[in-house]
Amino acid sequence: MSLLRAENLEARHGQLQAVRGISLEVREGETLALVGANGAGKTTLLRALAGAHRPAAGRVLLAGADVTALPTYRRLALGIALVPEGRRLFAGMTVEENLLVARANGRPGPWTVERVLEVFPMLRARFRARAGTLSGGEQQATAIGRALVTNPRVLLLDEVSLGLAPVAVERVYQCLESLIAGGATIVLVEQDLARALRVATRVACMLEGSVVLEGAAADMTREQVTEAYFGLGRNAQREPA
Amino acid sequence: MILAAKGVSKSFGALVVLDQIHFAVGADEAVGIVGPNGAGKTTLLNVLAGAYRASAGSVLFKGADVTATGAAERCRLGLARSHQVPRPFGGMTVFENVLVAATAGGGLRGTSAYERCLDSIELCGMLRVANRRAESLGLLDRKRLELARALATDPVVLLLDEIGGGLTDAEAGELVATILQLRQRKIAIVWIEHIVHVLLQVVTRLVCMDAGHVLAEGDPATVMADTAVIDAYLGRTVA
Repeated sequence: MSLLRAENLEARHGQLQAVRGISLEVREGETLALVGANGAGKTTLLRALAGAHRPAAGRVLLAGADVTALPTYRRLALGIALVPEGRRLFAGMTVEENLLVARANGRPGPWTVERVLEVFPMLRARFRARAGTLSGGEQQATAIGRALVTNPRVLLLDEVSLGLAPVAVERVYQCLESLIAGGATIVLVEQDLARALRVATRVACMLEGSVVLEGAAADMTREQVTEAYFGLGRNAQREPA
Repeated sequence: MILAAKGVSKSFGALVVLDQIHFAVGADEAVGIVGPNGAGKTTLLNVLAGAYRASAGSVLFKGADVTATGAAERCRLGLARSHQVPRPFGGMTVFENVLVAATAGGGLRGTSAYERCLDSIELCGMLRVANRRAESLGLLDRKRLELARALATDPVVLLLDEIGGGLTDAEAGELVATILQLRQRKIAIVWIEHIVHVLLQVVTRLVCMDAGHVLAEGDPATVMADTAVIDAYLGRTVA
């Protein structure tokens, strides 16, 4: 049974239709990577799943229950946590305060502030530092930790490698891999397909608001992804006409 | 070459967005520019259009050095652009919007300005909405209005910044048909676009940028098949 499900989901930014009737499901323990070019609709889809963007049509279901009308904080309490693009930490609060605020709004479960520090040991030394003074990698670790302490049933990660130094990206991905090995359910938006394929069990490639290719990460070929990513098959279909 | 960037660099503080770029477009040529996020595409377009001043290098237009020439003056010289997010004068009609371009950018007055407007509006398929306020237009018509306004300045080079973004397949097809009509008027086009399959229906040459450099350049199909180009978009270790 799917843990998180989108049914005919549509989302707009004013006149721009960013998500066009997407149906998608994420099964328990699965890591789904959403890939696609800039403007494909990945972030909007993720935000619509989290309740941070009100869909124009369609439904979002968590373990079969319709959560479409619920705001972000209610979905968080039910187990959908979003790590937004750009981290969006409370810059004036310390790392500890960021984690505690999230903890107070989440679900009971095994994830505690201490456990976050075990997964992201670099945060120990910065525990009392204001989030705004952290490096990009430390901020990203705090943002992921902030989502984890809510004990999510599904974790939505938006461009966690964006703007980080390569060494910080590697560290963040090592932590993600350990989460995945522990059975976490994750939807991951990632521009870097190689990284996405490394950690994902399934990949959905978006183009202009639609999912144009979906399948097991292990079965994806470079040619398939390239064609879907750039929409090159569409021109090939047009040529005979 | 009608428009050229010679060794153009552009920095914002310590961030080098364009690093000694050499780029040129011939009269009657349609060149596409692609590249992953942060490649420097829109910055290059802004430097070509005069919206940004190059930190180093020079921009040549019709043989003259226009590096220090502002965007408005470059427009009057025949270098027009469209913007990624259309920003028409909302309280004005489509006709009035295009009239501003024909007079301020095209230097026309009276009947000749009106005739230029009608021609631009007709070419862009907007006659049916010519008297509608721009704020009431849908996305496709806003994009068409961007084109009509640029066209009304009588450009010899048209710079298009992600004009296909947000359109449905059918709408993008209509926009491509309009741009192909512009090509029949011998207007050179430089088009930045993320929607590669739309771009490839128009351009005759493709430039791929990455991290402020030109990564590949040439025949569009060849560039899109280039391993370095695919790696720049997708990462390097795809199965």
